[in-house]
Amino acid sequence: MSPPPFQTFLDRHRDAVYRFLVFSVGSDDADDCLQETFTAALRAYPRLEDGSNLRAWVLTIAHRKAIDSHRGRARRPVPTADLPEKPSPAVTLPDPGLWEAVGKLPPKQRAAVVLRFVSDLPFRQVGRILDISEAAARQNVHEGIANLRKEYADDEL
Amino acid sequence: MTNFELDEIEAALRRGAAVDVDTQAEAATISAIAAADREGLIDVAVSTVDSPVGDLLVAVTPQGLVRLAFDPTHVLDDLAERISPRVVESPVRLDPVRRELDEYFEGRRRAFDLVIDWSLTSGFRRQVLEATARIPSGHVTTYGALAAQVGKPSAARAVGGAVGSNPVAIVVPCHRVVPASGGVGNYGGGPERKEFLLELEHADTSVKGPR
Repeated sequence: MSPPPFQTFLDRHRDAVYRFLVFSVGSDDADDCLQETFTAALRAYPRLEDGSNLRAWVLTIAHRKAIDSHRGRARRPVPTADLPEKPSPAVTLPDPGLWEAVGKLPPKQRAAVVLRFVSDLPFRQVGRILDISEAAARQNVHEGIANLRKEYADDEL
Repeated sequence: MTNFELDEIEAALRRGAAVDVDTQAEAATISAIAAADREGLIDVAVSTVDSPVGDLLVAVTPQGLVRLAFDPTHVLDDLAERISPRVVESPVRLDPVRRELDEYFEGRRRAFDLVIDWSLTSGFRRQVLEATARIPSGHVTTYGALAAQVGKPSAARAVGGAVGSNPVAIVVPCHRVVPASGGVGNYGGGPERKEFLLELEHADTSVKGPR
């Protein structure tokens, strides 16, 4: 199955990618990550032979961009005051404390938790996107939840 | 107690799935696509142009105007298959086309300055369509005359097929080709549209040149 026109791909997966990024890197960095994700997707698109699981394909790219973004933020010493204007308004997250705790999880756990609960994907797909087994995906989600309980649940729920 | 807390965390995480991101995602995607366009990653830019003959689906490549269709059904799939799957909506890229079409429908433009990308046609069909593109506004010609012009005087029927395959309606004016027997004849967009375009151009349908 050859991939559909890129516009069709965008219409189908845009919101899912953006949602994954907002909950992985936060609303401030989601726009940059989205741009990098779609630029990388466009570059690879003509060579793509299998158009059957584009959701997993693009979330794999988004996951890598999210990891890069987290690394970049760790290197940035102070948040710059004169950030370029964000093209979109910020998404308001429910339970901001929880998402702050999610942001502090190890990368694989963080991605596994977001993919499982926010993207609502089965463990098999989570594993595929993170390039780990289904069992490892399950393990990462459980460890992530356990860590969140330690970080967050005790004092805030 | 422990399980209850676990469920609370999961429930809180799942609330993320219900957050409406549509507006933000759309805005962020538009700016992401604009950036990708600047990097030359869009092979076919498409948009809709509204006109007195209905919404037109237009597509451009770096080579020029490649498609102008009355019916958008399957057009994107066809472009993806025949040119490149990197087909993306980009209203900005279509602004020059939109401007010329507006001028045309307002009666302020008789000839288009747009460059045509002929890659959706080839061979005999392309030869016929390039001849069609040279029929001036205000004039009509017949399938037979066009056949003679491309050096195949007995191929009026094949010329009809070639004209009917026109991927760039209006700008390549296949509506200016009419039957010798009278009337406006067939049109991909329907005869009413053909009549409308010929009236807009004040075409003298009694003089069917070249002869």
